Amino acid sequence: MAFNYDGYLRMEKMPTLWCWGCGDGIVLKAFVRAIDDLGYSKDDICVVSGIGCSGRFSSYVDFNTVHTTHGRTVAFATGIKLANPDKKVVVVTGDGDALAIGTNHTVHAARRNIDITFIVIQNFIYGLTNSQTSPTTPQGMWTVTQKIGNIDPTFDACKLMEAAGATFVARESVTKPKKLEKVIKQALEHKGFSYVDALTNCHINLGRKNKMVAAMDTLDWIDSITTTKKKWDALPAEEQINLLPTGVLHEDTTKDEYCDLYKMVQDAHQGKRGKITQDDFEKKI
Amino acid sequence: MAAGGDNVVIKDGMREVVMPGNHLAAQAAVDCGCKFYGGYPITPSTEVMEYISDILPAVGGTCIQMEDEIGGIAAAIGASMSGVRAMTGTSGPGISLKAENLGLAQMAEVPLVVVNVMRGGPSTGLPTRVAQGDVAQAKNPSHGDYKSIALCAGTLAECYTETVRAFNLADRFMQPVFVLLDATLGLMHAKAILPTLEEVQAGIIPRKKFEGAPEDYKPYGVAQDEPAVLNPMFQGYRYHFTGLHHDAMGFPTEEIETCRKLIDRLFNKIDAHRDEIEHNEEFMVDDADILLIGYGSASLAIKEAVVRLRDEGIKAGMFRPITIWPSPEERMNELGQKFDKVLSIELNQGQYLEEIQRCMGRRDIQKLVKTNGRPFSPQDIIDKVKEVF
Repeated sequence: MAFNYDGYLRMEKMPTLWCWGCGDGIVLKAFVRAIDDLGYSKDDICVVSGIGCSGRFSSYVDFNTVHTTHGRTVAFATGIKLANPDKKVVVVTGDGDALAIGTNHTVHAARRNIDITFIVIQNFIYGLTNSQTSPTTPQGMWTVTQKIGNIDPTFDACKLMEAAGATFVARESVTKPKKLEKVIKQALEHKGFSYVDALTNCHINLGRKNKMVAAMDTLDWIDSITTTKKKWDALPAEEQINLLPTGVLHEDTTKDEYCDLYKMVQDAHQGKRGKITQDDFEKKI
Repeated sequence: MAAGGDNVVIKDGMREVVMPGNHLAAQAAVDCGCKFYGGYPITPSTEVMEYISDILPAVGGTCIQMEDEIGGIAAAIGASMSGVRAMTGTSGPGISLKAENLGLAQMAEVPLVVVNVMRGGPSTGLPTRVAQGDVAQAKNPSHGDYKSIALCAGTLAECYTETVRAFNLADRFMQPVFVLLDATLGLMHAKAILPTLEEVQAGIIPRKKFEGAPEDYKPYGVAQDEPAVLNPMFQGYRYHFTGLHHDAMGFPTEEIETCRKLIDRLFNKIDAHRDEIEHNEEFMVDDADILLIGYGSASLAIKEAVVRLRDEGIKAGMFRPITIWPSPEERMNELGQKFDKVLSIELNQGQYLEEIQRCMGRRDIQKLVKTNGRPFSPQDIIDKVKEVF
C-alpha cells in the first residue's frame, strides 16, 4: 500500500510554496517517512526552522512547530530541548541559515553535542531571495550578487560539524530518497547532535543561470558531484576535492550528551552527587 | 537556597537581606517560578547569570551560557515557547544584539523577562559606569510596530519586586517585559526588605491555558484587546510560532484584515489594560511647589534632595514612574497642569524628557542630565533647583 503522508502534514497548507520540481518536498517526505517508521507521537516532536525556502518546512508538518529568525534555529531549539530533555527536537534549515548567518550557533550546538537533529536542506544558493551567493555556492558559478562569477570559496559543512563535535554526520541527496530517509532515521535515533546535509536542487535560482535549466539537469549535477563515502575514501586527493562523500560520514556514541551533562549539574546542586571535576571526563583539554 | 542564603533575617513576616541588585533580580526569578535562563556575560549584568546559575539547577531549572547574546535570548524564547518561565539578562550592547529576537517574541507573543543592567553608551561606552541610556531603546528595541513594557527599579528591594512583577506581566500580556536596572543598583550591596516567598508565590499570575478540545483551539484567535493564549508544547495542542504575520492558528498569512487586526491587537492588549501595568511612586508631591521627575537609581539622589530642600524651606516633591513604558500619560498630564515648576532628572541626554513633554503637553520643563558615567549626588539636584527656579 502506498505510504499515506496526510496524517503528518497540515493538508490545508498544501500545495507548498516551493517551486515545481523543487527537492525540498523530497526531504519533507523522507523526514515524514522516517518519523513514521520510528513510531514517534506527533505531540512529542518539535520542528524548528529559520528563514529561506526551508523556513516554510515547519509550517507544513503537523508537529509542535516554530519558525524563527534568520540563522537562530538551533539556539531556539537548544532552549526547547533543555527545558524538555525527553522530547524530540529537530531543526530543518538551509545553507544560508545554518552556514552563513547562523554558523556560530550551528558550531556551538555541535560542540555541546546536544541531542538535536539538524537537517540542512542544502541547495548551494539563496533560493527564496533569488540567487545570492551562499557559503556553499561553487566558485565560478553565476549568482545575482556575483554576476561575473562567484569567487568566494566554499567550505565542507560535514567536516566542520565533525571538527566542532557533532557525533553523527551524514550527507545524502534528494536523488537518493531512500538513502536520505535512512540517514534521517539514523540521525533521529542517534543520541547527541546529529547533522544531515541534504543536498537538493534549486534549478530555478541556481540551475537556470548555470546551464542547468531543468530540475533534472540540476539533479544530474548533484549526482555528478557526489559519491559514496566508501568510493570517495579510495580516491586520490586530487579527485576527492571535486566530489562530496555521501552516507554516514562520522558517528561517535561515546561522547556525553549535553542534557545528560546538565543533569549532572542539577544532581550536584541537589546534593545527589559531588562537585563536577576533571576526573568526571575522559577528555581533559 | 532562600534569598540571601544564610544571611536572611525574617522580620515582621518580611525577609531582610544584604544582596546586590543583580542577585536580587536572579533570586526573584527563581522565587516566582522561572525555570530557564539563557545568557551571555556582559558587564555590569553578569552577576545575574552568575547567581542564577547557582540557584536554578537546585529547583530543576536550567541556566545556559550561550555562544553569544543572540543565542542567549533565542534559547530563553525557545524555552518559554515550550511553556516554562524564562529570563535573559544583559546590558545595552546585548540588547542591541538581541533586538531582532525581541521582535519575534513581540510578534509571536512569547513571554520573556529581559533584565537590562544599564551602563554608559553608545557603543562600548563606559562598561563599568552607570547610565540610563537605554530608556529610549527599551521602548522600541526591534523594528516594526509593537508596544513595550519596561519596568525600572529604583531601589534594591525593587530589583526583586519588579522582577517578580515582570514575570507576571509577561505571562499576563504574553510578550517580553524589560526590567531596567543600572550599574549602581545592579552592583550595590545593601539591605533590602523583601516580601516573603509565600507572598511572592501566592501572587503568581500563571499563563492562560486553553483547556478545551485541540480542534477548538485557536491560540491567536482571541478578543481584540487580549493577548494570545499559548498552551505549552508537547501536550496535544499543536500549533505554529512565527515572526511572520499570522492567522488564528499561528500560520503565515498576508490576508489584509488579519494583518491589520494582528498589529492593532498587539497595541490594544496593552492600551486597554494600562491600569494593570502602571506603577508610580509619588514622594511629598501633595503640598509641593516644585516637581522633580526621575526614575531608577537617580531617584535615590532625588529623594534625598527633596528632603534636604524641604529642610531649607523649599517645597519639592518627586514623581517616579516605575513602569516607564507604557508611560503614565494621564498622571503626568495631571501633574503637568498642577505644577508650574517641573524638573526632569536623568542619567542620559533627556530620553524620557521627550515623553514627559508629550504627556504634559508643554515644553518649558527644566532638565538636569548627566552622561559621564557618574551618578547624581543630591547636591547636583539641589544646585539645579536653586539655579532654575
